[in-house]
Amino acid sequence: MATYVSTENGYFGEFGGSFVPETLVAALEELEKAYFSIKQDEGFQKELRGLLRDYSGRPTPLYFAEKLTESLAGARIYLKREDLNHTGAHKINNTLGQILLANRMGKKRIIAETGAGQHGVATATVAARAGLDCCIYMGIKDMERQKLNVVRMKLLGAEVRPVYSGTGTLKDATNEAIRDWVTNVENTHYILGSVVGPHPYPLMVRDFQRIIGDELKEQFYQQERNLPDYIIACVGGGSNAMGIFYPFIKARNVKLIGVEAAGEGISTGKHAASINMGRIGVLHGCKSYLLQDEDGQILPAHSISAGLDYPGAGPEHSYLKTINRVEYKTVTDREAVEAFCFLCKKEGIIPALESSHALAYAMKIAPFLSKEESIVINLSGRGDKDVETVLRYLEGVKL
Amino acid sequence: MNKSILSERTNNAEGLKMVFKKKALMPYITAGDPDLAMTEEIILTLDKSGADLIEIGIPFSDPLLDGPVIQESGQRALHSGTNLKKIFEMLEGLRGRIRAPYLLMGSYNPILSYGKDKFISDAGRTGVSGVIIPDLPYEQDIEFYQDLKKNNLPPIFMVTPVSTEKRLRLYGEIGSGFLYCVSLLGITGTEQGSEEEIKTYLERVRRYTDLPLALGFGINGPEKAKKVVEHVDGIIIGTALIRIIKKYAEDKELLLQAIAGFISGIKEIM
Repeated sequence: MATYVSTENGYFGEFGGSFVPETLVAALEELEKAYFSIKQDEGFQKELRGLLRDYSGRPTPLYFAEKLTESLAGARIYLKREDLNHTGAHKINNTLGQILLANRMGKKRIIAETGAGQHGVATATVAARAGLDCCIYMGIKDMERQKLNVVRMKLLGAEVRPVYSGTGTLKDATNEAIRDWVTNVENTHYILGSVVGPHPYPLMVRDFQRIIGDELKEQFYQQERNLPDYIIACVGGGSNAMGIFYPFIKARNVKLIGVEAAGEGISTGKHAASINMGRIGVLHGCKSYLLQDEDGQILPAHSISAGLDYPGAGPEHSYLKTINRVEYKTVTDREAVEAFCFLCKKEGIIPALESSHALAYAMKIAPFLSKEESIVINLSGRGDKDVETVLRYLEGVKL
Repeated sequence: MNKSILSERTNNAEGLKMVFKKKALMPYITAGDPDLAMTEEIILTLDKSGADLIEIGIPFSDPLLDGPVIQESGQRALHSGTNLKKIFEMLEGLRGRIRAPYLLMGSYNPILSYGKDKFISDAGRTGVSGVIIPDLPYEQDIEFYQDLKKNNLPPIFMVTPVSTEKRLRLYGEIGSGFLYCVSLLGITGTEQGSEEEIKTYLERVRRYTDLPLALGFGINGPEKAKKVVEHVDGIIIGTALIRIIKKYAEDKELLLQAIAGFISGIKEIM
């Protein structure tokens, strides 16, 4: 493995950068400056820590999944319970940080993109609390399959703007959010929800999410006096994975595994495995692995999970893949739904379909490991939003 | 047959500046909308009707700076099978047949995917006079911009009403041909700001550069053109033209007539 280079100039190796229309260059410079200043600001960090504790309910538990461990009869399995955050996913770690930042910058309006709706809900939530106008862009297909979250965003006072272009999913919602920002950049802050987009977003979102990994390190040590052997997380854009991996990157004995969505199967072409199957290109302001055709046109991604249904991944993931620090695997729709049902029955926990991909991969390898070994799964969100999708899938397919 | 005013041996950056000796009219079209054969006819018509410089858009699936009209135009172009290879083939066929110089404009990813060196050599070979890549700020690929310049393909940069002094100074110095002044905050096809705002903005830009200034975004016809033309060296018209192409796409003759009428109508008031 090459030496890991952490960046402050917007590049992770050859990945990252800031490929945006000129209108946004000044805004991104302002954001970078504001972000580096709050990073050092004890007052800001204290306020954020307070909100993460009292508003979101951190630290989230590290739960030893005894029943899951027993039934797989291999490695000991732990779940990092990000699903127990306020709003039901890890997304709020980032939106709380960014809303405080928007306040400091004097922005009056908040916009965001959302796929599964978890980031949209987390953004609408913090905007409501801050008393700021909030507009969420969501693909029309995602609005259909994540109806519950659309209702939640509206109740929280946000306007949800349907996006009809392209495939009506996360990629298109992101296009539309960026176009809004180009138009309203003077009064608007764009709360990007993943470790993608132009610098400083990949860096900033990772830093707001690293609390997952920082807590895990401490909690795991308390329970096991050691480091975990495996950490597994799903990767769409990759924010929950970056958050849990980052504090362990230099701990080389810890195996880090990112799980991409294989959709209907890699060979069908209907998948979202951009790191495994993509080529380097530029989308949404950053250079990373992308699903694209030979002419450089972006290909539609496919996954049963709206949050993983994205044709790219964060630039830092692309870098971690290149230097072989993280292994990237894939899990199909079917395997994810099976894992979803299994966790419901064995542990009484309904996981998000996104997180079910990480779970499914852990279930594949756990039986081949000894009980001396440990696996931590980042249970990034809860699955209430997905029950309808799963039901429909189960009706169509006999598992 | 007209000879291009930019012959092979001329320096394109200087040649572009010459275009702005008088007020220049610069139409934008997407290559391949409705198909490349029609694009060729449209370019010939634009040239005959008085266009001084033609911007040819490379379609991309996910353009960040385009409003719905140009987005859809790009989708139609992709649907008709357009890619850079075919665009260069079309341009090859146009060589020597038009007077107005032409630029290529498009997102970075299709160029990256085509291969930067191959792009430079094919653009040079097919008579392209300059390149605009709206989502590639100078710092993100300095080497490519220098290679373009070295190979007589002046890169054209965009500035906006929120460009900082630092950015204006940068593009004022390293820019070539002309500066593309985005008239407002927003994507293509949006309403433009007031005449007074535009005047103040352009005066500000002029403080940092000797390059000609072309104004784009939000100019949808003769009336708007008339309002701004005295403050600039050229105006760019995209969305309004693409609306016409969409409307008459089924009838080639009507389409070319409508385009000729639209362009000469604007040219008249300039």
